[in-house]
Amino acid sequence: MTDARHVLVVGGGPAGLAAAESALAAGARVTLLDSSDELGGQYWRHLPSARPAAHEERLHHGWQGFVRRRGVLAQHPDCTIVTEAQVWAIETGDAARDSAATLHAARDSAATLDASPGDAATRVVPRDGAAAENAAAENAAGAVSVTVHVLVGPPDGTDREPQTYRPDALVLATGAHDRTLPFPGWQLPGVYSAGAAQALAKGERVSIGDRVVIAGAGPFLLPVAKSLTQTGARVVGVFEASTPARLLRGWSSKPLELLGARGKAPELVDYALGHLRHRIPYRTGWAVVEAHGTDRVDSVTVQKVDASWAPIPGTRRRIAADAVAVSHGFTPRLELAIAAGCDITSDRFVRVDDLGRTSVPGVFAAGEITSIGGADAALAEGSVAGHVAAGGDPADVSLRADRRRRRTFTAFAARLERAHGIRSGWTGWLRDDTIACRCEEVSCGTIRSTVRRTAQTGVRSVKLTTRAGLGICQARICGRTVEELIRTAEHDAITPDASLSAPGDSGKDPIRPPVSTDRRPIVSPIRLGELAGLAASAQLPPDHLDLPDARPARSAED
Amino acid sequence: MAARMIRASNDPVQPLTADRIGLTLDGTPHEGLRGQTIAGVLLAEGVLSWRRTSVGDSPRGVFCGIGVCFDCIVEVNGVRDIRACQRRAQDGDVVRTQHDELPEVTS
Repeated sequence: MTDARHVLVVGGGPAGLAAAESALAAGARVTLLDSSDELGGQYWRHLPSARPAAHEERLHHGWQGFVRRRGVLAQHPDCTIVTEAQVWAIETGDAARDSAATLHAARDSAATLDASPGDAATRVVPRDGAAAENAAAENAAGAVSVTVHVLVGPPDGTDREPQTYRPDALVLATGAHDRTLPFPGWQLPGVYSAGAAQALAKGERVSIGDRVVIAGAGPFLLPVAKSLTQTGARVVGVFEASTPARLLRGWSSKPLELLGARGKAPELVDYALGHLRHRIPYRTGWAVVEAHGTDRVDSVTVQKVDASWAPIPGTRRRIAADAVAVSHGFTPRLELAIAAGCDITSDRFVRVDDLGRTSVPGVFAAGEITSIGGADAALAEGSVAGHVAAGGDPADVSLRADRRRRRTFTAFAARLERAHGIRSGWTGWLRDDTIACRCEEVSCGTIRSTVRRTAQTGVRSVKLTTRAGLGICQARICGRTVEELIRTAEHDAITPDASLSAPGDSGKDPIRPPVSTDRRPIVSPIRLGELAGLAASAQLPPDHLDLPDARPARSAED
Repeated sequence: MAARMIRASNDPVQPLTADRIGLTLDGTPHEGLRGQTIAGVLLAEGVLSWRRTSVGDSPRGVFCGIGVCFDCIVEVNGVRDIRACQRRAQDGDVVRTQHDELPEVTS
């Protein structure tokens, strides 16, 4: 047992890896959790160790850096890596202290994990025996006591091993997922998020199709095009919704900022050259507005859009394609930060200062949950947050370069949003029968007419009436879309009121954005059997007995 | 054509050898490589969907590919609601198309 600070890092992508490494360098004991069985996150998604390749590096930027960092963490005596680790709840403050009493009993009942799931990279880890000892240190440091509940084992398994952590500091690096706006036919097999196309190409060496259309907004469409061409697919076009004028304004103002983000420039040039070499048409001011097919996609319709992304009549064009990959930006994975009580900004990222500190003492955030700035930003943010989380001096000379890079990439993120951010006119390509909520198959027309008919404008009440956002994905895919449909329908119907904020979200700041669709007290669906097992071993957080909006609850609710 | 595996001889990463594994989807055998997810095995075989929705009875397969959307859930060895894009396939897995009937309306 050492008296080093224990830093728990959630997320093994660029931000989490960098945070873990710098926390170790600053003298902390580190536990790194990731839900996958391989580290690297979505950015360095790669073939698993059971399926090695001679030249993995050919698919990645910064691969050597990743391998080096992964090696440092794997060999460091003060670092424990737990893969296939699903965090399903976080508690802070009093609730966390209450459950601490039950921890000892639970710990005694299961001293170690009996099996290391997945590949050899997973280490068998002891339970967090330092929890109780650390309580005193936490108080001294003024940090809020945080309890992190984890299930370890194969994804969606039935007998995953519960673990509980009470670290001195928590670094959240949970990343983001694609935001794909709905369009008619987007529920057909063969329509993928751009991230899926990328994940399947890198992690499976599967091509989503032979003739692929890529559409949406943002520079991320370019690496997706590159990955797909590297799978042998023919990319028949990349359709960027933002108009050329806006892209120019976003990218060309303050060119010195872009020079500062020097990690980015060669990467973008590389993608641009890739386009030339493969002769992929790249069109700006165009959007995919419909996917066609019966049981799978056979073609898509693209249409010109104006600066607000509203489709321009008379410009529809149908293209034969067997797959389409669409991404209009990213949604940060905020649920853990929200559960930990962290402030969320008006543009719905975790609020952090320039050291990665959130509004909750002892809780840090880095990477895409703080702004969408890409892997270089995430690495710099992770390094800074990990160092400070470990108790390192913020003025440390070793931190200067990362702090400078951090500032540069924050400007880069703002530029991305200016150039590619979602514009309100997109709802013009919806039809009444277009599916908005994929899980519960609720159409845009149903949501809009419910708002108009019943004068309901609260996200929660519209969700309960229509079931939009109550499916098994817990509104991860449709949440923000449903909010937007409610707001726009409501605009026609009645005066907006304050009811968009979530229950329990009350008071402090009336103009705070609605976070109801970002809030998931149970962060990941878990099985009733596992829940029962946790309750039996007294690990169930007392304040979180409300079940998630998952299928088993439906018949009781209806 | 639709989804497919990259031919190893054309793959710039030059994959090394991997064990072959087999699974069945609704009784039909499919072959894959150890380390593939269930979704990876099925897509590589040109299978795009393995769930039918409750309301529209329409086919679904992979959408987000990173474990967020739950569109690809499937029954594996008798256990339902497993994200095919997240679960590594094991040799001999018995996979069944998932279809959740809507609960009966009693009012």
